[in-house]
Amino acid sequence: MEPIISISNLSKIYASGFQALKNINLEIYKGEIFALLGPNGAGKTTLIGIICGLVNRTAGEVKVAGHDIVKDYRAARSLIGLVPQELTTDAFETVWDTVSFSRGLFGKPPNPAYIEKVLRSLSLWEKKDNRLMTLSGGMKRRVLIAKALSHEPRVLFLDEPTAGVDVELRKDLWEVVRGLRQDGVTIILTTHYIEEAEEMADRIGVINKGELIIVEDKATLMRRLGKKQLILELHEPLASIPESLAQHRLTLAADGHELIFTYDTQAQRTGITALLRDLAEAGIRFRDLRTTQSSLEEIFVDLVRQGR
Amino acid sequence: MNLHAVRAIYVFEMSRTRRTLLQSIVSPVLTTSLYFIVFGAAIGQRIPEIGGVSYGAFIVPGLTMLLLLTQSVMNASFGIYFPRFTGTIYEVLSAPISSMEIVLGYVGAAATKSIILGIAVLVTASFFVPLQIAHPFWMVSFLLLTAITFSLLGFIIGIWADGFEKLQFVPMLIITPLTFLGGTFYSIDVLPPFWQAVSLFNPIVYLVSGFRWSFHGVADVNVGISLGMTMVFLVACLIAIWRIFATGYRLKN
Repeated sequence: MEPIISISNLSKIYASGFQALKNINLEIYKGEIFALLGPNGAGKTTLIGIICGLVNRTAGEVKVAGHDIVKDYRAARSLIGLVPQELTTDAFETVWDTVSFSRGLFGKPPNPAYIEKVLRSLSLWEKKDNRLMTLSGGMKRRVLIAKALSHEPRVLFLDEPTAGVDVELRKDLWEVVRGLRQDGVTIILTTHYIEEAEEMADRIGVINKGELIIVEDKATLMRRLGKKQLILELHEPLASIPESLAQHRLTLAADGHELIFTYDTQAQRTGITALLRDLAEAGIRFRDLRTTQSSLEEIFVDLVRQGR
Repeated sequence: MNLHAVRAIYVFEMSRTRRTLLQSIVSPVLTTSLYFIVFGAAIGQRIPEIGGVSYGAFIVPGLTMLLLLTQSVMNASFGIYFPRFTGTIYEVLSAPISSMEIVLGYVGAAATKSIILGIAVLVTASFFVPLQIAHPFWMVSFLLLTAITFSLLGFIIGIWADGFEKLQFVPMLIITPLTFLGGTFYSIDVLPPFWQAVSLFNPIVYLVSGFRWSFHGVADVNVGISLGMTMVFLVACLIAIWRIFATGYRLKN
């Protein structure tokens, strides 16, 4: 796959001496949705800031569609749209004016038809003559997205786009993002809502304390790091796990009413057949069984914890 | 050159001026008109001519300069400080636009507004005092140069300031006193020799003197020196702005 953003050996040390990014190497492919996850202060916003020109890098190189972000900043930046985390808007401007302003700022000639299309796609058309200070937080968030889309970017950065946004609007935004991906726009998303990344992303990068811990295809990541559990609901509760079952990785839950077997789906033998045989031999009967797979959230928490 | 971007910033800033017409244009013109009424038409008639010019006409260039200097600084500093304060500056910094184009947009709009104000004040003055312009070309040149130079200074202040108090500090506590003491209401010839010498350290003396010469053909200091000082100031501001963008001072981390 062809990369649209190539980051090599990127580091950032702030004037205070704090190292926000440590030797980051990352390629983001054309047309994908890439989710960048990490706890607060991990370096997500610094990384986006450097790519977009808001933060000066200390070392390393970033290229957008082959253009260096410093030497060839005009070509690089004209491809990028940025939706910042903070709701920063000009209180007295109208929606129409502020979105048109963004288009001009990025060097594009006026195109009212396109602005109208963007505003309609974000359900902002009815509000186009409203001053920004009269809008709700969710509407302001849409305006920031409209501003970022006003100049037809090929790469869109969404820094916590759904923070503080209600469920309905969040679903709407997901639809917009999917639509953009269909148009071939590359999307880089940071989020605190892991289910958002799980739902949307093609690939996932986890950053912690300035280091990129893992970059993986979402499905692979979940398969590779995810654990699967078989939960057996017992007829009679057990006080402890019988000797004959000690060789299996079992735990008791729900006051002895549930027996939980954790296994690796990647392994050649999962051990389920042997477990069921041993259970029958031990005379332990169960009334129901179910399996669960660990969510991206659990994987993420594990990864970050290991990094500590 | 990203002309669309320069235009976008310029139009944005000018529409801010239109939105606040009363505060931006009407209020400063009214205040300056009051000076003309009091010092020009009322008290001025009892004050003897200075260098063959009636007192009312004598103070017109100085008062126009006072307005031009303070308004240029205030417009330009507010224009760049406000997006920094609200955070909307992120968009300008992430746009494919050079520092020169950013300055052109913001400073161009601030200077335009001051020039409109300057012309409005001169037209108003002509109702109260007999106004003649001896060297129109130089009058316009001084007007433009001063508006641009002090808008650049304002831009620097807008980037340096980290609160609204600092934003007011320079125009209120430095530029206004220096203008009052820079020969706006008097010729520095009337001062004792010591204070005349001290006055020559006040850069505003050169601006007021040059501007007054373009109206009345009389000056406290040589016009060439006035022009030279204005240019020195302009270049100094440009160098400071170049350093700001080169280092990302107060703009980028």
